[in-house]
Parts: sequence; structure tokens; C-alpha cells
Amino acid sequence: MSDEYENKSGYQAQSSEALTGSAGSTPDMDYVRPAELPEQDLYHGHTFLTKWVFCQDAKVIGVQYFLTAVFTGIVGLILSWLMRLQLGFPGLAGFITAEHYYQFVTMHGMIMVVYFLTALFLGGFGNYLIPLMVGARDMVFPYVNMLSFWMFFVAVAILMASFFVPGGPTGAGWTLYPPQTILEGTPGSGMGILLMLVSLALFVIGFTMGGLNYMITVLQARTRGMTLMRMPLTVWGIFTATVLAMLAFPALLVSAIMMTLDKVIGTSFFMPTILKAGEVLEYGGGSPILFQHLFWFFGHPEVYIVALPAFGIVSDLISVHARKNIFGYRMMVWAIVGIGALSFFVWAHHMYVSGMNPWFGFFFATTTLIIAVPTAMKVYNWILTLWRGNIRINTVMLWCLGFIVTFVNGGITGIFLGNVSVDVPLSDTYFVVAHFHMVMGIAPVMVIMGAIYHWFPLITGRLLNETLGKWHFWATFLGAYSIYFPMHYLGFIGVPRRYYEMYDSPYMTSAVGMNEFISLAAFLVGAAQFILIFNIIKTLKTGKPAPKNPWKANSLEWHTSTQPPEHGNFGERLPVVHRWPYDFSVPGSKDDFIPQTTPPSEVVHTKVEKT
Amino acid sequence: MSDPKIDGFELKPGFRGMASDTGSDQTMFKGVHWGKAMMWIFLLSDTFVFSCFLISYMKGRGSTPAEWPNPSEVFALDAFGVPVPLLLIALMTFVLITSSGTMALAVKYGYEKNRKMCGWLVLATAVGGLTFVGMQAYEWSKLIHEGVRPWENPFGAAQFGSFFFMITGFHGFHVSIGVIFLFIYAYKVFAGHYENGGKRGWFTTMKGDYVEIEILGLYWHFVDLVWVFIFAFFYLW
Repeated sequence: MSDEYENKSGYQAQSSEALTGSAGSTPDMDYVRPAELPEQDLYHGHTFLTKWVFCQDAKVIGVQYFLTAVFTGIVGLILSWLMRLQLGFPGLAGFITAEHYYQFVTMHGMIMVVYFLTALFLGGFGNYLIPLMVGARDMVFPYVNMLSFWMFFVAVAILMASFFVPGGPTGAGWTLYPPQTILEGTPGSGMGILLMLVSLALFVIGFTMGGLNYMITVLQARTRGMTLMRMPLTVWGIFTATVLAMLAFPALLVSAIMMTLDKVIGTSFFMPTILKAGEVLEYGGGSPILFQHLFWFFGHPEVYIVALPAFGIVSDLISVHARKNIFGYRMMVWAIVGIGALSFFVWAHHMYVSGMNPWFGFFFATTTLIIAVPTAMKVYNWILTLWRGNIRINTVMLWCLGFIVTFVNGGITGIFLGNVSVDVPLSDTYFVVAHFHMVMGIAPVMVIMGAIYHWFPLITGRLLNETLGKWHFWATFLGAYSIYFPMHYLGFIGVPRRYYEMYDSPYMTSAVGMNEFISLAAFLVGAAQFILIFNIIKTLKTGKPAPKNPWKANSLEWHTSTQPPEHGNFGERLPVVHRWPYDFSVPGSKDDFIPQTTPPSEVVHTKVEKT
Repeated sequence: MSDPKIDGFELKPGFRGMASDTGSDQTMFKGVHWGKAMMWIFLLSDTFVFSCFLISYMKGRGSTPAEWPNPSEVFALDAFGVPVPLLLIALMTFVLITSSGTMALAVKYGYEKNRKMCGWLVLATAVGGLTFVGMQAYEWSKLIHEGVRPWENPFGAAQFGSFFFMITGFHGFHVSIGVIFLFIYAYKVFAGHYENGGKRGWFTTMKGDYVEIEILGLYWHFVDLVWVFIFAFFYLW
């Protein structure tokens, strides 16, 4: 059926091409104006230290970011196992005390959101893909880029060190709400919280150095012919997320500085007058709500810092593996930009129960629901890209489909929680936990997995094993649903989140079995991730070498002089771009894909959308 | 500066030009050095840092139950036995704004490849910045002497001391970083690192160029501009 359709439009295309572009194959048609800037000089490392450790090649830095982020991610995963062990089978593991449980919750949240997802998408995929996809030799400031990674590395080291200091890591919840965060009685209120704040500040500084690189590379270092509207959506997603991060992280930095001062020298920025065991503490006159505003001014854009790169990457993966151009490219770009802009006006929807003015809540509920519009547009466009596409159900595509389903699921519960009147009863229950894990935990991780299977051949030159990949997918997908779907129900019956144990509360009659089930599923999903690690190790040792451009993609990263690309990316000459990266299954062309570098004179008889 | 000449690309005026630049390939800001674009974006990010500080200050000042001290009394300086409100602050502001002027001149002479003048003016800017930091240190020590601490304040709300020391300290930190770089760049200008195509930096392939003086200048003007806001919010409110 779809063949028929393609044929028909193919004939139309040829005739319209004959009318307008018959003078086609003149060299004029392929003209791209000359380069504005001279070629970038690169620092080529010669020693082990300058080549692999303090390397200035964005691709190596990307892999360094990736591995460090994955390491922290595994720590976060183990923490989630320990939490589920306690929740599903209270008292089974005697070493998990209430204090430890809170520390696990806190560190799991902070690690997964900031040190795993943000670092992986922006530091990992951003570094590896941006220069390749826009046709640059490297990031514009390779030295600063190298410093950025090492700053991140130090931040991670300090974060991990907090596990080993007296009192352990902070157990205040990942939101670090004062006043309890820095008061005695909260686990890790001594060194733990201090190291957390220092680590966050270093992360922000390190990220700023990287983020400046990503932004200027996209804005000022594209290759000839690469307009903004010819960039792959991956680059759009990462770029917009970087802009958000550059504007949102300052709030985190400021709140970290202020809380450090409250903790160390006894200022009272966030600390009201406090009575403790009948005694008045030294603090007084501060505003805990101020911290919540600062934190969520960072925290909400942070959600989109994680989501937008995922949106971008998944658009590219779907388009390549459905052999069809992305539906509504410009709409997708503007949706990304629009979501990014709106994300700065919704932060107080995390604070509906903080006692705010109802009109304030009304405003933020409205802006929150408006975000659903561009987001829904993106979901429709992914589905319309799949519509009548030549879909290949390989591992990458499975992850993409899994993403769409999970994301829609998490998005719909987001509409519930965006409304004040629904949020207030559901606030601080497992419904919230289910919502944000679906929408910004599982969904972006699905994209990461898809991206790993997609770009692994580019990075290493070998194809990952498909059978293992499919096992990995189905275990993760079904397992993740088994974890988070029942959690919605737990939320509806009112089980509060962050509770160490429910003891004999009335909730527990119906929640006990469900908690056990969720825990078992969580152990399974966590274990399934080791299939990927096994797959990677196996592939690196004995995997089959990937042919050049194995997925027949159009974007520039697959059209480098060597695969994997070397330092400098494109060999002797930088590529010249003539089209967008989505010319798949174009009627009349000899292959079902037309790389971005193919000049128009070579494809005069095809119908190519004007880009 | 006049518009750059771009081979094969017509620069148009106004919004039309902005649209055509944005829609073009290779670069969005035509003829703008990478480092300069980077500094602008960094400053945008830093603006958010200072905005968060100042908005927190407003919120903190609004929510503390204790009385806020009167700035014209707290910040008065005795000149010849008469307390003059805001005298020191006026001097500090004057010195800092003047150093912005010398910085602007340094940029001009840099682009004219006038090595000597550029170097001296960068040095003058550095000295101006150092004077500012010195006067700020004097002001801090005076307040500390009178009993103002980040955690307490004999004149009223404790948050006054907290916010004052934190925000002026953060700004003073920016100025100090700027002063260090101004001295380094003064040396680089005098040593001729920007002459004859520029000298390569350490562990990088970037070549020196007088545009670096302009980039440093952007940072310096930003620090001055932030001071104007801090001045207004702390000393005049």
C-alpha cells in the first residue's frame, strides 16, 4: 500500500521538477558561499596524558563524560535497589536504618537528575555529537572543554566522598529544603550536606564552561551550507537544553552559596526562628520559601534540560529507523524552543502546598498546562513520522517506541498534577513518584538506550548484538511499567512518599503485596541493565565490525573520512551541506536516503522538500 | 566598529538583517569572534546569578521581622569630623566607573595596534580595580569594627549583614578576578603577544589577538554595571 503511494507522488515530483528545475545540473545549482572563517587549528596530543586524559578532542571528552555519568548512574541504581529492598521487605536488610534510607533517597535523586542524566545528555552526547553534526572540526574552545570535564570529575569525586565522611551523605531529600537540611537530626547535616553543596557549585561551574562551548559551536562554527534550520533535531534539543542550563543553574549556584553560608558561618538566609527541644536556636528572620523558589527556578528547567535532548535525539532515531522524514520539522524546532521558554514560568507548580496565594497557584497551573501544547505537538509529530513509514523494528526503534509510550503516560499524569486542586491531595504521594519517574526517568533513559544502540557503531566501529539488545529492551520496558504503573495506585490510596516504613498504618492492607511486587520488578530492571554492559564488553571483544553508515543515515556524523571519526572529524576538507538531514525514501532517488552533503545536481530527478 | 565584510553574503540593516543573519549558514553573529560571543553569553548567565542574589536580597529584606538599618547612617564616613553619608561609596563608584573609561580607551588603542597606549590603559584599569577592592576592604573592616557580622548586626536586622557581605563579597570576587586578568593582559600587551599574528597560548592552539582586550573589557564593564545595581539596592534603598 505504501509503495503505491510513494510511486504516485514520485511521478508528480518528477513533473514538477521538470517544470521548475530543468536547467538543473548546472554547477550554479550547487553553489554554497565560501567559508567565513579560517580552518580551526587543533591541538593534537602526543603523549598518553594529552591524548586520553587531558584530551582536548570533544569526542574523547564526550566519552569521558559518558563513562563518568554512567558510573554515577550505577551508584544511583544500587541506591534504588536498597530503597526498594526496604520498602518491599521492611526489616529484611537490618543495615538499612531510617537514616540510611533517607540518605539513599537523597543521593539517588540528586545523582540521577544532575550527575547522571544532565551530564550524560549534555556532556556526553553534546560533546560527541554537536561538532560532528554541525560539521565542525571540534568544539570552539577545546581547552575550556577539557577543563569542563575535569571540573565535573572533581564534582563527582566530592559527591562520592560524601558517602565516606562522618555522618554520611545528606539525607534531606534531593530538594534539600531548609531548615531541616542543615539542622542536627537530619542525616548528614554535618559534612554530608557541605560536600553536596560544594559538589553542586563545582558542577555548575564546570557545566558553564562546557555549555558556552556547546552554544558557540552551534551558533558560530557550523560548516558551509549548515543553516540553523538544517541542523538535526538532536542538536536543537541539546542546544536549547544548554541555553536553559545556562540560565537556570545560576539559581542553583546562588541557593548553594546561601545555604553553605547558613551552614558554615551561621547566617539566616533560609532559617526562621526555630525552637528545638524548648531552646531557641541562633537562627532567625530568614525565609525557607525563598530557597524553594530559587531551587525550583533551577529545578523545573532542569526537567527540560533532561527532556529536550531526549526529544531531539528520539526524533532523529525515529526518522532514520522509519526511513521517513521527520514530520513537521519546523514545528518540532519551535516546539523545543517554546517548551524551553515556557519552562521558566512554571516553577511554582512544585510548591502548591507551600501555602502560596491561590492566584499564584492559578497562574502557575495555567502556564503548566500550556506546556502540554508544544509537548503534545511533538508526540503527534513522532507518531506521524512513523505513519506509513518503512519502519525497521530493530532495537533502536523499540527503545523509541518505548519512549513515546512512557512519555505520553508520564505526560498525562503531569496534567493531573499541574492542576492545584488535584495536586494538593496527590502531593507527596507515590503518584508523584510514579509521574516524574515515568516522564523524566524512564522516558529519557529509553532514549539514552536507543542512542547507545544507534551511535555505538560510530563510536567504536562495531555493531551491538541485536538479540541481547531486544532482551534488554523488553526486560526494561515491561519491568519499568511493572514498577511505576502500580505506584499510581499507591498514590491514589494515599501512600506518602519518602516514608521509611508504613508500620501498621491502614494503607498497608492493600499496599503490602504491591510494594513487594514493585520491589521484585525493580531488582529485575536493575539487573537487566547489566545485559547492556555485557553486550558492550562482548561487542568490543568479538562484535561484528560495522559497515560505514550502517543505518543509512543522512546527518554528517556518519559521513566522516573514517569511522570512528578521528581528531578533526572530517579529514582534509570540511563537508558542505546542501539539505536537511531527513531526506529518506525520497521518490525518484536511487537510494532511500540522500546524505546532507549530496549536491542538488546529483538528485535532479527526485522530489526533495525545500529546506 | 564598522560592519564586517562577509564574502558572498549581504548584511542588511535592522530586523531584516537579524532575520537573514539568523537564517544563514556558518555563523549567526556575522564577523563576531568566538571568544566575544562566548563572553556575552557568559555575562548573560552571570546576570542571572546576580539577579538571583539581588532578588533574594529583596525577599529577605521584606520578610525579616527586625528593622532594616538606615543606609545613610550605616554607610556614613567621617570627613574632618563631620559624618558625610555615602562618601566612601561615592568615591568607590567614581573610581570603578573611571576604570571602565580607561578600559574602553584601551580597547580603542588595541584595535589601532598602539601597543604602548593599550598596555598603559589596561594597567590603569587594573590599578583602578585594585583601588576599588582596597576601598571595599576598608569599608568591610569599618563595618566589622562597628560590630556588623554576617550573622548579627547591632543596627537592626541580621540579614542586613548577611546580604551585604555576601553580595558585595561576590561582586568584589568578580572585581578581584578581573584585576588579576587585567594585570596578566597588561603584561601580555607589553610583551607583544598580540603583535605579528599573535602568540600561541600554552597547551592550546589559540593565537593572541587584540580582540581579547575587548573581551576582557566586556567583562569589566559588566562588573561595573552590576556595581551600579548593587549601589542602588544597598545604599540608596
